[in-house]
Amino acid sequence: MFSNRYIFIYSSVMVIIVAALLSTTSLLLQPRQQKNKTIAKIQGMLAAMNVEATFNDAEELYATYVKTELAIDQDGEVVGIYRNGTLEKGTVRPFDIDLKKELYNKKMGRPFLIPLFIAENHSNTMYVVPLRGVGLWGPLYGNITFGPGFDVVVGAQFSHDKETPGLGAEISTNEFASQFIGKKILDDNGRFTSIKVVKGGAATLPADQQVHGVDAISGGTITSNGVNTMLADCLENYMSYIQKNITR
Amino acid sequence: MSAELKEKDPMFSLKNRRLVSAPLNRDNPITVQVLGICSALAVTAKMEPAVVMALSVIFVLGMGNVVISLLRKTIAPRIRIIVQLTVIATLVILVDEFLKAYAYNVSKQLSVFVGLIITNCIIMGRFEAFSMANKPWPSFLDGVGNALGYGLILVIVAFFRELLGSGSIWGYPVLEKIGLYHIGYENNGMMILPPMALILVGIIIWVQRSRVRELIEKN
Repeated sequence: MFSNRYIFIYSSVMVIIVAALLSTTSLLLQPRQQKNKTIAKIQGMLAAMNVEATFNDAEELYATYVKTELAIDQDGEVVGIYRNGTLEKGTVRPFDIDLKKELYNKKMGRPFLIPLFIAENHSNTMYVVPLRGVGLWGPLYGNITFGPGFDVVVGAQFSHDKETPGLGAEISTNEFASQFIGKKILDDNGRFTSIKVVKGGAATLPADQQVHGVDAISGGTITSNGVNTMLADCLENYMSYIQKNITR
Repeated sequence: MSAELKEKDPMFSLKNRRLVSAPLNRDNPITVQVLGICSALAVTAKMEPAVVMALSVIFVLGMGNVVISLLRKTIAPRIRIIVQLTVIATLVILVDEFLKAYAYNVSKQLSVFVGLIITNCIIMGRFEAFSMANKPWPSFLDGVGNALGYGLILVIVAFFRELLGSGSIWGYPVLEKIGLYHIGYENNGMMILPPMALILVGIIIWVQRSRVRELIEKN
Protein backbone atom coordinates (compact mmCIF):
# COMPACT_ATOMS: atom_id res chain seq x y z
CA MET A 1 0.00 0.00 0.00
CA PHE A 2 2.83 2.40 0.85
CA SER A 3 5.75 2.31 -1.58
CA ASN A 4 9.36 2.56 -0.49
CA ARG A 5 9.51 5.87 -2.30
CA TYR A 6 6.62 7.19 -0.23
CA ILE A 7 8.27 6.05 2.99
CA PHE A 8 11.57 7.70 2.12
CA ILE A 9 9.94 11.00 1.20
CA TYR A 10 7.63 10.86 4.22
CA SER A 11 10.49 10.30 6.66
CA SER A 12 12.68 12.97 5.06
CA VAL A 13 9.94 15.58 5.16
CA MET A 14 9.11 14.66 8.75
CA VAL A 15 12.72 14.96 9.84
CA ILE A 16 13.14 18.34 8.12
CA ILE A 17 9.95 19.74 9.68
CA VAL A 18 10.91 18.53 13.15
CA ALA A 19 14.48 19.84 12.81
CA ALA A 20 13.27 23.25 11.64
CA LEU A 21 10.69 23.45 14.41
CA LEU A 22 13.10 22.49 17.17
CA SER A 23 15.99 24.67 16.04
CA THR A 24 13.72 27.70 15.62
CA THR A 25 12.31 27.21 19.10
CA SER A 26 15.77 26.75 20.52
CA LEU A 27 17.10 29.90 18.83
CA LEU A 28 14.12 32.00 19.84
CA LEU A 29 14.25 30.89 23.46
CA GLN A 30 18.03 30.98 23.82
CA PRO A 31 18.43 34.60 25.02
CA ARG A 32 15.83 34.00 27.73
CA GLN A 33 17.40 30.72 28.78
CA GLN A 34 20.84 32.33 28.88
CA LYS A 35 19.55 35.16 31.04
CA ASN A 36 17.91 32.61 33.37
CA LYS A 37 21.25 30.86 33.71
CA THR A 38 23.18 34.05 34.50
CA ILE A 39 20.59 35.10 37.07
CA ALA A 40 20.60 31.61 38.59
CA LYS A 41 24.40 31.84 38.91
CA ILE A 42 24.10 35.22 40.64
CA GLN A 43 21.28 33.96 42.86
CA GLY A 44 23.45 31.00 43.82
CA MET A 45 26.30 33.26 44.90
CA LEU A 46 23.95 35.54 46.81
CA ALA A 47 22.35 32.52 48.50
CA ALA A 48 25.82 31.41 49.62
CA MET A 49 26.16 34.85 51.22
CA ASN A 50 22.77 34.30 52.90
CA VAL A 51 21.15 37.01 50.77
CA GLU A 52 17.70 36.24 49.34
CA ALA A 53 17.34 37.45 45.77
CA THR A 54 14.44 37.34 43.35
CA PHE A 55 14.73 37.13 39.59
CA ASN A 56 14.36 40.90 39.29
CA ASP A 57 16.65 42.26 41.99
CA ALA A 58 19.47 39.67 41.71
CA GLU A 59 21.73 41.72 39.45
CA GLU A 60 21.28 44.85 41.52
CA LEU A 61 22.00 43.05 44.80
CA TYR A 62 25.05 41.42 43.26
CA ALA A 63 26.45 44.85 42.39
CA THR A 64 25.81 46.05 45.96
CA TYR A 65 27.55 43.17 47.68
CA VAL A 66 30.27 41.87 45.40
CA LYS A 67 32.87 44.63 45.16
CA THR A 68 35.80 42.77 43.60
CA GLU A 69 36.15 39.80 41.29
CA LEU A 70 39.58 38.18 41.07
CA ALA A 71 41.08 35.72 38.62
CA ILE A 72 43.73 33.57 40.27
CA ASP A 73 46.18 31.28 38.45
CA GLN A 74 47.44 27.84 39.52
CA ASP A 75 50.25 29.40 41.61
CA GLY A 76 47.90 31.60 43.61
CA GLU A 77 48.89 34.79 41.78
CA VAL A 78 46.16 37.33 41.03
CA VAL A 79 46.12 37.75 37.26
CA GLY A 80 42.79 39.48 36.78
CA ILE A 81 40.87 42.13 38.71
CA TYR A 82 37.37 43.39 37.96
CA ARG A 83 36.17 46.17 40.22
CA ASN A 84 33.19 48.55 40.07
CA GLY A 85 32.22 47.55 36.57
CA THR A 86 35.67 47.84 34.98
CA LEU A 87 38.31 45.28 34.17
CA GLU A 88 41.45 46.63 35.84
CA LYS A 89 43.76 43.72 35.10
CA GLY A 90 43.69 40.65 32.89
CA THR A 91 41.76 39.83 29.76
CA VAL A 92 38.57 38.14 30.91
CA ARG A 93 36.05 39.12 33.55
CA PRO A 94 36.37 36.59 36.41
CA PHE A 95 32.57 36.16 36.43
CA ASP A 96 32.77 34.72 32.91
CA ILE A 97 35.48 32.16 33.68
CA ASP A 98 34.23 28.72 32.66
CA LEU A 99 35.05 26.66 35.75
CA LYS A 100 34.35 23.38 33.97
CA LYS A 101 37.00 24.15 31.35
CA GLU A 102 39.52 25.36 33.92
CA LEU A 103 39.09 22.27 36.11
CA TYR A 104 39.64 20.14 33.01
CA ASN A 105 42.86 22.06 32.33
CA LYS A 106 43.90 21.36 35.91
CA LYS A 107 43.21 17.65 35.49
CA MET A 108 45.29 17.62 32.31
CA GLY A 109 48.17 19.34 34.13
CA ARG A 110 47.82 22.56 32.14
CA PRO A 111 47.80 26.11 33.58
CA PHE A 112 44.35 27.22 34.75
CA LEU A 113 42.44 30.20 36.15
CA ILE A 114 39.97 30.23 39.02
CA PRO A 115 37.60 33.02 40.01
CA LEU A 116 37.27 34.44 43.51
CA PHE A 117 34.55 36.90 44.51
CA ILE A 118 35.16 39.28 47.37
CA ALA A 119 32.03 40.68 48.95
CA GLU A 120 31.34 43.18 51.69
CA ASN A 121 28.46 42.90 54.10
CA HIS A 122 28.29 45.34 57.02
CA SER A 123 32.06 45.94 56.49
CA ASN A 124 32.75 42.21 56.89
CA THR A 125 34.82 40.75 54.11
CA MET A 126 33.51 37.52 52.61
CA TYR A 127 35.17 35.27 50.07
CA VAL A 128 32.80 33.48 47.69
CA VAL A 129 34.26 30.43 45.95
CA PRO A 130 32.31 28.84 43.09
CA LEU A 131 32.31 25.05 43.00
CA ARG A 132 31.83 22.52 40.27
CA GLY A 133 31.83 18.73 40.32
CA VAL A 134 30.09 15.58 39.20
CA GLY A 135 27.10 13.83 40.79
CA LEU A 136 25.33 10.62 39.86
CA TRP A 137 23.60 11.74 36.65
CA GLY A 138 25.19 15.05 35.80
CA PRO A 139 27.10 18.08 37.03
CA LEU A 140 26.92 19.50 40.54
CA TYR A 141 27.70 23.11 41.25
CA GLY A 142 27.48 25.56 44.07
CA ASN A 143 29.15 28.32 46.01
CA ILE A 144 30.73 28.41 49.41
CA THR A 145 31.40 31.60 51.33
CA PHE A 146 34.13 32.10 53.91
CA GLY A 147 34.58 34.75 56.56
CA PRO A 148 37.58 37.13 56.76
CA GLY A 149 40.16 34.41 57.53
CA PHE A 150 39.16 32.27 54.51
CA ASP A 151 38.68 29.36 56.91
CA VAL A 152 35.27 29.35 58.56
CA VAL A 153 32.23 28.87 56.31
CA VAL A 154 29.56 31.54 56.62
CA GLY A 155 27.25 30.23 53.91
CA ALA A 156 26.90 27.61 51.20
CA GLN A 157 24.61 26.76 48.36
CA PHE A 158 24.50 23.67 46.15
CA SER A 159 22.76 22.94 42.92
CA HIS A 160 22.54 20.20 40.33
CA ASP A 161 21.18 19.45 36.90
CA LYS A 162 19.99 15.88 36.98
CA GLU A 163 20.18 14.37 40.47
CA THR A 164 17.27 12.18 41.58
CA PRO A 165 14.43 14.22 43.14
CA GLY A 166 13.99 13.34 46.80
CA LEU A 167 17.41 11.67 47.00
CA GLY A 168 20.55 13.27 45.57
CA ALA A 169 18.62 16.39 44.62
CA GLU A 170 18.25 17.16 48.33
CA ILE A 171 21.70 18.80 48.26
CA SER A 172 20.03 21.90 46.88
CA THR A 173 17.88 22.30 50.00
CA ASN A 174 18.61 24.82 52.71
CA GLU A 175 18.73 22.07 55.33
CA PHE A 176 21.71 20.49 53.62
CA ALA A 177 23.56 23.70 52.81
CA SER A 178 23.09 25.31 56.22
CA GLN A 179 24.99 22.43 57.86
CA PHE A 180 28.17 23.90 56.39
CA ILE A 181 27.91 27.15 58.35
CA GLY A 182 30.62 27.29 61.04
CA LYS A 183 32.63 24.42 59.55
CA LYS A 184 36.33 24.90 58.77
CA ILE A 185 38.49 23.92 55.82
CA LEU A 186 41.84 24.38 57.59
CA ASP A 187 43.08 22.35 60.55
CA ASP A 188 44.75 23.88 63.62
CA ASN A 189 48.11 24.03 61.81
CA GLY A 190 46.61 25.82 58.82
CA ARG A 191 46.74 22.74 56.58
CA PHE A 192 43.98 22.13 54.05
CA THR A 193 41.52 19.46 55.23
CA SER A 194 38.38 20.39 53.26
CA ILE A 195 34.90 19.57 54.55
CA LYS A 196 33.58 16.06 54.23
CA VAL A 197 30.04 14.86 53.77
CA VAL A 198 29.87 11.90 56.13
CA LYS A 199 27.64 8.88 55.63
CA GLY A 200 25.96 7.98 58.90
CA GLY A 201 26.30 11.56 60.14
CA ALA A 202 29.10 13.89 61.19
CA ALA A 203 28.49 12.84 64.81
CA THR A 204 30.23 9.52 64.11
CA LEU A 205 33.55 11.33 63.53
CA PRO A 206 36.15 11.80 66.28
CA ALA A 207 35.46 14.98 68.28
CA ASP A 208 38.31 17.00 66.74
CA GLN A 209 37.20 16.09 63.21
CA GLN A 210 33.56 17.13 63.61
CA VAL A 211 34.28 20.70 62.58
CA HIS A 212 35.29 19.34 59.15
CA GLY A 213 32.20 17.15 58.59
CA VAL A 214 28.50 17.41 57.75
CA ASP A 215 25.74 14.77 57.44
CA ALA A 216 25.30 13.02 54.10
CA ILE A 217 21.96 12.43 52.39
CA SER A 218 20.31 9.03 52.84
CA GLY A 219 19.71 7.40 49.49
CA GLY A 220 22.07 9.86 47.80
CA THR A 221 25.47 8.28 48.41
CA ILE A 222 26.98 8.95 45.00
CA THR A 223 25.77 12.56 45.00
CA SER A 224 27.18 12.99 48.53
CA ASN A 225 30.52 11.58 47.39
CA GLY A 226 30.38 13.97 44.44
CA VAL A 227 30.00 16.89 46.86
CA ASN A 228 33.09 15.64 48.76
CA THR A 229 35.20 15.47 45.64
CA MET A 230 33.89 18.82 44.40
CA LEU A 231 34.79 20.58 47.67
CA ALA A 232 38.27 19.08 47.87
CA ASP A 233 39.00 19.58 44.19
CA CYS A 234 37.85 23.20 44.00
CA LEU A 235 39.01 24.49 47.39
CA GLU A 236 42.56 23.16 47.24
CA ASN A 237 43.24 25.51 44.30
CA TYR A 238 42.93 28.51 46.61
CA MET A 239 45.48 27.30 49.17
CA SER A 240 48.47 29.13 47.70
CA TYR A 241 46.40 32.29 47.39
CA ILE A 242 45.36 31.96 51.05
CA GLN A 243 48.95 31.43 52.20
CA LYS A 244 50.17 34.46 50.26
CA ASN A 245 47.36 36.91 50.95
CA ILE A 246 45.38 36.10 54.05
CA THR A 247 46.77 36.85 57.48
CA ARG A 248 45.35 34.50 60.06
CA MET B 1 -29.98 3.42 9.64
CA SER B 2 -27.15 4.93 7.62
CA ALA B 3 -28.20 8.42 8.67
CA GLU B 4 -27.91 7.32 12.27
CA LEU B 5 -24.42 5.96 11.75
CA LYS B 6 -23.22 9.17 10.14
CA GLU B 7 -24.53 11.25 13.01
CA LYS B 8 -21.65 12.65 15.01
CA ASP B 9 -21.05 11.79 18.63
CA PRO B 10 -21.67 14.80 20.85
CA MET B 11 -18.39 16.14 22.27
CA PHE B 12 -19.05 14.80 25.74
CA SER B 13 -21.07 11.71 24.94
CA LEU B 14 -21.07 8.83 27.39
CA LYS B 15 -18.54 7.04 25.21
CA ASN B 16 -16.21 10.02 25.21
CA ARG B 17 -16.55 10.55 28.94
CA ARG B 18 -15.65 6.90 29.48
CA LEU B 19 -12.41 7.54 27.59
CA VAL B 20 -11.38 9.85 30.40
CA SER B 21 -12.87 7.99 33.35
CA ALA B 22 -11.97 4.38 32.53
CA PRO B 23 -8.20 4.84 32.86
CA LEU B 24 -8.73 6.30 36.31
CA ASN B 25 -9.90 2.93 37.58
CA ARG B 26 -10.68 -0.13 35.46
CA ASP B 27 -8.18 0.59 32.70
CA ASN B 28 -5.54 2.27 34.79
CA PRO B 29 -2.28 2.24 32.84
CA ILE B 30 -0.16 1.51 35.92
CA THR B 31 -2.24 -0.82 38.08
CA VAL B 32 -4.10 -2.73 35.37
CA GLN B 33 -1.95 -2.50 32.26
CA VAL B 34 1.28 -2.27 34.31
CA LEU B 35 2.85 0.31 31.99
CA GLY B 36 4.96 3.29 33.00
CA ILE B 37 6.19 1.55 36.14
CA CYS B 38 9.74 2.83 35.61
CA SER B 39 8.93 6.49 36.12
CA ALA B 40 6.44 5.63 38.87
CA LEU B 41 9.42 4.34 40.85
CA ALA B 42 11.70 7.24 40.05
CA VAL B 43 9.72 10.43 40.62
CA THR B 44 7.57 9.48 43.59
CA ALA B 45 9.93 10.12 46.51
CA LYS B 46 8.30 13.56 46.88
CA MET B 47 4.87 14.85 45.88
CA GLU B 48 5.95 17.97 43.99
CA PRO B 49 7.98 16.30 41.23
CA ALA B 50 5.26 13.65 40.94
CA VAL B 51 2.62 16.30 40.24
CA VAL B 52 4.75 18.23 37.75
CA MET B 53 5.64 14.97 36.04
CA ALA B 54 1.94 14.11 35.80
CA LEU B 55 1.18 17.53 34.26
CA SER B 56 3.95 17.13 31.70
CA VAL B 57 2.70 13.67 30.74
CA ILE B 58 -0.86 15.02 30.40
CA PHE B 59 0.44 17.62 27.92
CA VAL B 60 2.66 15.25 25.95
CA LEU B 61 0.12 12.41 25.78
CA GLY B 62 -2.85 14.68 24.98
CA MET B 63 -1.00 16.54 22.22
CA GLY B 64 0.81 13.45 20.95
CA ASN B 65 -2.43 11.51 20.59
CA VAL B 66 -3.94 14.38 18.57
CA VAL B 67 -0.90 14.65 16.27
CA ILE B 68 -0.74 10.90 15.68
CA SER B 69 -4.48 10.77 15.13
CA LEU B 70 -4.27 13.54 12.51
CA LEU B 71 -1.42 11.75 10.76
CA ARG B 72 -2.84 8.25 11.18
CA LYS B 73 -3.89 7.76 7.54
CA THR B 74 -0.53 8.91 6.17
CA ILE B 75 1.71 6.80 8.40
CA ALA B 76 3.06 3.68 6.68
CA PRO B 77 2.76 0.73 9.08
CA ARG B 78 6.40 -0.22 8.53
CA ILE B 79 7.71 3.05 9.96
CA ARG B 80 4.95 3.83 12.45
CA ILE B 81 7.13 3.30 15.55
CA ILE B 82 9.73 5.71 14.18
CA VAL B 83 7.07 8.32 13.45
CA GLN B 84 5.57 7.89 16.92
CA LEU B 85 8.93 8.23 18.60
CA THR B 86 9.73 11.36 16.60
CA VAL B 87 6.44 12.95 17.64
CA ILE B 88 7.01 12.10 21.32
CA ALA B 89 10.60 13.33 21.28
CA THR B 90 9.65 16.58 19.55
CA LEU B 91 6.90 17.35 22.07
CA VAL B 92 9.10 16.48 25.03
CA ILE B 93 11.95 18.69 23.79
CA LEU B 94 9.49 21.55 23.24
CA VAL B 95 8.18 21.16 26.80
CA ASP B 96 11.74 21.11 28.10
CA GLU B 97 12.79 24.22 26.15
CA PHE B 98 9.74 26.20 27.23
CA LEU B 99 10.18 25.17 30.86
CA LYS B 100 13.82 26.29 30.72
CA ALA B 101 12.85 29.66 29.28
CA TYR B 102 9.69 30.47 31.22
CA ALA B 103 9.69 28.25 34.31
CA TYR B 104 13.35 27.83 35.07
CA ASN B 105 12.85 26.66 38.65
CA VAL B 106 10.35 23.97 37.74
CA SER B 107 12.62 22.74 34.98
CA LYS B 108 15.48 22.46 37.45
CA GLN B 109 13.35 20.44 39.82
CA LEU B 110 12.17 18.00 37.20
CA SER B 111 15.72 17.75 35.93
CA VAL B 112 16.25 14.50 34.10
CA PHE B 113 12.67 13.28 34.17
CA VAL B 114 11.26 15.54 31.48
CA GLY B 115 13.62 13.82 29.07
CA LEU B 116 12.56 10.45 30.40
CA ILE B 117 8.95 11.05 29.34
CA ILE B 118 10.21 9.98 25.89
CA THR B 119 10.68 6.46 27.20
CA ASN B 120 7.36 6.29 29.05
CA CYS B 121 5.67 3.15 27.72
CA ILE B 122 2.17 4.53 28.32
CA ILE B 123 2.62 7.13 25.59
CA MET B 124 3.75 4.68 22.95
CA GLY B 125 1.08 2.26 24.16
CA ARG B 126 -1.74 4.78 23.65
CA PHE B 127 -0.44 5.78 20.20
CA GLU B 128 -0.42 2.16 19.12
CA ALA B 129 -3.65 1.11 20.79
CA PHE B 130 -5.82 4.15 20.29
CA SER B 131 -4.83 7.20 18.29
CA MET B 132 -3.60 5.19 15.26
CA ALA B 133 -7.23 4.11 14.79
CA ASN B 134 -9.35 6.95 16.13
CA LYS B 135 -10.33 10.54 15.40
CA PRO B 136 -8.46 13.47 17.02
CA TRP B 137 -11.05 14.45 19.66
CA PRO B 138 -11.55 10.97 21.18
CA SER B 139 -7.77 10.51 20.94
CA PHE B 140 -7.23 13.69 22.89
CA LEU B 141 -9.65 12.53 25.59
CA ASP B 142 -8.05 9.10 25.69
CA GLY B 143 -4.61 10.70 26.10
CA VAL B 144 -5.69 13.03 28.88
CA GLY B 145 -7.59 10.20 30.61
CA ASN B 146 -4.65 7.84 30.59
CA ALA B 147 -2.23 10.53 31.71
CA LEU B 148 -4.62 11.36 34.56
CA GLY B 149 -4.83 7.70 35.54
CA TYR B 150 -1.04 7.57 35.53
CA GLY B 151 -0.78 10.82 37.51
CA LEU B 152 -3.32 9.61 40.07
CA ILE B 153 -1.22 6.57 40.99
CA LEU B 154 1.94 8.71 41.00
CA VAL B 155 0.42 11.14 43.47
CA ILE B 156 -0.94 8.38 45.75
CA VAL B 157 2.43 6.62 45.84
CA ALA B 158 4.30 9.90 46.33
CA PHE B 159 1.96 10.89 49.17
CA PHE B 160 2.77 7.77 51.19
CA ARG B 161 6.45 7.74 50.32
CA GLU B 162 6.92 11.37 51.31
CA LEU B 163 4.80 11.05 54.46
CA LEU B 164 6.44 7.86 55.74
CA GLY B 165 9.92 8.44 54.29
CA SER B 166 10.49 12.14 54.93
CA GLY B 167 7.66 12.91 57.37
CA SER B 168 6.27 15.69 55.21
CA ILE B 169 3.51 16.42 52.71
CA TRP B 170 4.42 18.71 49.79
CA GLY B 171 7.56 19.66 51.69
CA TYR B 172 5.60 20.67 54.83
CA PRO B 173 6.89 18.76 57.87
CA VAL B 174 3.57 17.43 59.18
CA LEU B 175 4.90 14.74 61.47
CA GLU B 176 7.30 17.18 63.12
CA LYS B 177 4.48 19.66 63.69
CA ILE B 178 2.24 17.12 65.39
CA GLY B 179 5.18 16.12 67.58
CA LEU B 180 5.49 12.47 66.57
CA TYR B 181 9.29 12.51 66.84
CA HIS B 182 9.13 13.36 70.54
CA ILE B 183 7.52 10.03 71.34
CA GLY B 184 10.26 8.10 69.55
CA TYR B 185 8.91 7.88 66.00
CA GLU B 186 11.48 7.74 63.20
CA ASN B 187 11.15 8.16 59.44
CA ASN B 188 11.41 4.96 57.48
CA GLY B 189 14.45 5.42 55.26
CA MET B 190 13.34 2.47 53.12
CA MET B 191 10.39 4.47 51.83
CA ILE B 192 12.56 6.88 49.87
CA LEU B 193 14.29 4.05 48.01
CA PRO B 194 12.75 2.95 44.69
CA PRO B 195 11.81 -0.65 45.68
CA MET B 196 9.23 0.63 48.17
CA ALA B 197 7.42 2.37 45.31
CA LEU B 198 6.99 -1.02 43.67
CA ILE B 199 5.62 -2.49 46.90
CA LEU B 200 3.21 0.45 47.26
CA VAL B 201 2.04 0.00 43.67
CA GLY B 202 1.51 -3.69 44.54
CA ILE B 203 -0.62 -2.72 47.53
CA ILE B 204 -2.67 -0.33 45.37
CA ILE B 205 -3.23 -3.13 42.84
CA TRP B 206 -4.33 -5.44 45.66
CA VAL B 207 -6.79 -2.89 47.06
CA GLN B 208 -8.16 -2.14 43.60
CA ARG B 209 -8.68 -5.80 42.72
CA SER B 210 -10.43 -6.60 45.94
CA ARG B 211 -12.85 -3.75 45.20
CA VAL B 212 -13.29 -4.39 41.48
CA ARG B 213 -13.67 -8.15 41.36
CA GLU B 214 -13.78 -8.54 37.57
CA LEU B 215 -10.15 -7.44 37.33
CA ILE B 216 -9.03 -10.68 38.97
CA GLU B 217 -7.72 -13.16 36.41
CA LYS B 218 -9.35 -16.59 36.45
CA ASN B 219 -6.90 -19.42 35.99
